[in-house]
Amino acid sequence: MEYVRPKALGEALDALAAFDDPTPLAGGTDLMVEVNLNHRRPDVVVSLRSLDELRRWDDTWIGAGVTFARLEGADDPALAQLARTVGSPQIRAAATLGGNLGTASPAADSLPFLAAADAHVVLKSTAGERRLRWDEFFVGPKQTVRRPDELIVGVELPSRPERQAFAKVGVRQAMVISMVSCCVLRDPSGPTRVALGSVGPTVLRATDAEEVASQAARLTDTDLDEFQRRVSAEVRPITDHRSTAEYRRHAAGVVARRALERCLR
Amino acid sequence: MSVETRHRIRGGVGESVTRPDGVPKVCGAFQYLDDLRADGMLWAATRRATVARGRIVALDVGTASAMPGVHDVITFADVPGRPYQGQIVPDQPVLCDGEIRHWGEAIAVVAADDPETARLAAEAITVDVEELEPVVDVERALELGDVFRHFPVRRGDPEARGDVVVEGFYEMGTQDQAPLGTEAGLAVPDGHGGVDLWGPSQWTHVDHEQLVACLGLRPEELRVHISGLGGAFGAREDLTLQTHIALLALRTGRPVKQHYDRADSFAAHVKRHAARMWYRHEADRDGRLVKVEARMILDGGAYQMTSQAVIANAATFAVGPYRCPNTFVDAYVVRTNHPPAGAMRGFGTNQACFAAESQMDRLAAELGIDPLELRLRNALEPGDALATTGQVVTEPLPTSEVIRSVAALPLPDDEPGDDPLRLPGGTGLTTPPDRVVRGVGYAVGIKNLAFSEGFDDYAEARVTLTADGAEVHTAAIEVGQGMVTVLIQIARSALGIENVEVVFDDTSKIGSAGSSSASRQTQMAGGAVLRAAEAARSAALALAGGDDLDDLGVWRDGELVMTLAELAERGPISEWVRFRHPETEEPDENGQGRLHVDFSVAAHRAVVDVDPELGLVRVVQIDIAQDVGRVINPVQLRGQIEGGIAQGMGWAIMEELVFRDDGTVANPTFTDYLLPTILDMPPVEAVLVEQPGTWGPFGAKGMAELPTVSVTPAVVAAIRDATGKALRRVPVRPEDIVFGDG
Ligand SMILES: Cc1cc2nc3c(=O)[nH]c(=O)nc-3n(C[C@H](O)[C@H](O)[C@H](O)COP(=O)(O)OP(=O)(O)OC[C@H]3O[C@@H](n4cnc5c(N)ncnc54)[C@H](O)[C@@H]3O)c2cc1C
Repeated sequence: MEYVRPKALGEALDALAAFDDPTPLAGGTDLMVEVNLNHRRPDVVVSLRSLDELRRWDDTWIGAGVTFARLEGADDPALAQLARTVGSPQIRAAATLGGNLGTASPAADSLPFLAAADAHVVLKSTAGERRLRWDEFFVGPKQTVRRPDELIVGVELPSRPERQAFAKVGVRQAMVISMVSCCVLRDPSGPTRVALGSVGPTVLRATDAEEVASQAARLTDTDLDEFQRRVSAEVRPITDHRSTAEYRRHAAGVVARRALERCLR
Repeated sequence: MSVETRHRIRGGVGESVTRPDGVPKVCGAFQYLDDLRADGMLWAATRRATVARGRIVALDVGTASAMPGVHDVITFADVPGRPYQGQIVPDQPVLCDGEIRHWGEAIAVVAADDPETARLAAEAITVDVEELEPVVDVERALELGDVFRHFPVRRGDPEARGDVVVEGFYEMGTQDQAPLGTEAGLAVPDGHGGVDLWGPSQWTHVDHEQLVACLGLRPEELRVHISGLGGAFGAREDLTLQTHIALLALRTGRPVKQHYDRADSFAAHVKRHAARMWYRHEADRDGRLVKVEARMILDGGAYQMTSQAVIANAATFAVGPYRCPNTFVDAYVVRTNHPPAGAMRGFGTNQACFAAESQMDRLAAELGIDPLELRLRNALEPGDALATTGQVVTEPLPTSEVIRSVAALPLPDDEPGDDPLRLPGGTGLTTPPDRVVRGVGYAVGIKNLAFSEGFDDYAEARVTLTADGAEVHTAAIEVGQGMVTVLIQIARSALGIENVEVVFDDTSKIGSAGSSSASRQTQMAGGAVLRAAEAARSAALALAGGDDLDDLGVWRDGELVMTLAELAERGPISEWVRFRHPETEEPDENGQGRLHVDFSVAAHRAVVDVDPELGLVRVVQIDIAQDVGRVINPVQLRGQIEGGIAQGMGWAIMEELVFRDDGTVANPTFTDYLLPTILDMPPVEAVLVEQPGTWGPFGAKGMAELPTVSVTPAVVAAIRDATGKALRRVPVRPEDIVFGDG
């Protein structure tokens, strides 16, 4: 196994271009688990640890190297809330946003926020830069359009409302893979976006439900009921050892409604 | 006690003595099994089955053997002695015998220069399997007649009828012991055809017995040593990697080490039996039990392991700690193609307790009697006959007192507030405070102490006085439970000497202490140490003509007459004891007889907050009152209580090894086999009821299993109280709460 530790972004991109099937290593909280379980045997590992360029973070940009420990302090309430649910303090100290995107698990907790915010994923390689909307980037469970020579450098966040809520369903009080996760962003005048994780092959937006919620600044109980019903109808969950499709469908509606209610308070 | 020391000994019985291995463990200096090293050692890796049932049509180790750095590969054909192992019935092939009978079964083991080479070589072994239809359903296994043991109980009048009847069907999923330390071991050849073995064990002498049979060695050619274990909970009662590494060491002439990863560990050690149970309780209008009928089927998995003994416990504690004149039980443990089930904390009593206590609550509801009152009306007390075996309780058994004591503890009155960590869903922020419903549930458990059914249960110990103190020699195993501290405290109190050290002898140096299981070692190893220490003290006093003994030596009328150094030179004083508990009997054909030597009882109260719409549960508090005889070490005892509660609560709401329909395991990792974390663990209030027993040291009773037993039904009862749902299955999943029947 070859191990490369570039000192700057350009060097990293050169390294990714130079090898056949290079594997970027960020916090290692997904990659090393895969290696230890013998699911993956990388030939070339490119460490991202020394790349300060990836750690930049402001209101419109989150670098791929920003850890969830840092994101716990985000100004965006939903981002801070989701960051707090990722693993344990030890995991959050190492785990990065870029790694979460790189793995692209349907249960990855940053994705509902990024999808609700209509974020763009920015990829770089020696060949240039690609800027892809979240739904262009994620194409299936653990599948993205990233080429092996590309690095995720960060995500661009368009302006978004301050009313936000994130919720995640799991049977432990913390450190649990979500059975359903949900992010709601709401403009006080009405426009609402809702994204859900763990209930489809990729993170998804419940657009029919968004329509009901977006129609007015004040929502009645009937509107909320309809919102909940539509979320449940729109998700595409499966049954596995973590939960049943029936429960996930039900819980998706419940947590989405509750998240919306939090935004309305 | 027969011996009374005149001076007050420090660190004796009744004090929260700090355990000698505590600080080293916390600092990382303690030597656990996986820390063991030997010069020139090889590393072993195991190739396992990926299907639940199949026939191996081709097994080729050629490529693996030829890989550079590989020294040996063993399969079933290489086992020199009896190729089957098992504590009660040797039916488990040391390595797969051609038919794969469960997911994860070991097929071949490689020894190589380093762990990575061993692993790659294990992967390089060709295993062609023709898949066969697995038996994954216990009812199907019963139909096929594949029964490891049927334990019937027939007591009283089968025609007896009560005024009220409640009938229920209950189910429990498979639990794993999940000890933090996975299996590891080291085997070192002695150069004369024999071998020294360090492995995960709860009872080195039975390991020795099995290993010499499988390895084809004379008993003196194998020494099984005791070393640092990171937990056991029953998982180390049966052999896992020991036979493999000992055989590889003998064949290669090199020390061989293996250290399982978590997936190996899930595959290799026995599980807690999944269960299906049907019950019918009949009572009179006042709530007195008239008749209990039960049919229980436990999933024994592919091999027998300790299933035979587990089913006896399930059957004989089928009614719980209650009187009942007419009892009819058919308890079966059957063979399936799931990984073998065996010992786990509670050993068959947990399953019975969940069903029986659920039934008691339903009976109380049916009668309109308070559930605790109903239990008090039926409480089993000394002089009563056990509802199943008919044996009369002769030792103290404060059933009513534990129930009353736990009920008398104050309930937490604090509302959850809006701290998310105190709401269901926790950091997930799923649940606003106004969606939370609180529930309270109770359950009472009973467990036998030490071995039952006529087993010749003994423990040996030797106490030797040295120039500056005393040594306790034993083969009893410290699995993390704190036995080492308890033995020191007992020896100190009995000898009058404070400087006591425990020496864990290998199998060649001392006889068996029995297993560190069945809540038995404080009474059994402790009982042996007490008697050996008393004998050593008497011998010292006699030799020096004194009337008291301490760390300086023997005293007479307040004057030192002989130092310990002089005693050791003149003596030496070394007393060996083999201690047995009062005899038990085998059951007759109706399951009747004095099967158990002694019992202990505990009552739990669980308080939960539930979000019924999402089916999420937060356990708010768990309280317990437990019959402990006499407290030897308060801190350790409370540690066992809290740990036991965490484990039993885990089973109630999250821990389950999930089997797919094809019999394979879906979640053999800690990502998906969920254990409670510290945020899931509630505060625990414990009342220790001390009614000294007659045969344990200083009146102590075994206590480490019961905290696990009745907490599971107590938590489920509390969730039922909050939601009104029937919840007949454990663990209770969110979907059971949301969609389950009322
Ligand atoms: C105990 C535990 C608990 C966990 N809990 C959660 C949880 O609650 N929620 C959750 O969402 N996740 C959880 N995870 C998963 C994991 O921590 C996250 O997915 C994390 O964000 C991964 O980031 P990382 O920096 O560790 O990535 P790494 O493991 O270093 O990399 C992950 C993948 O992304 C690729 N990659 C990394 N960075 C880049 C980049 N800049 N460009 C291109 N590819 C890249 C890597 O090659 C690899 O394929 C948990 C993991 C563990 C071990």
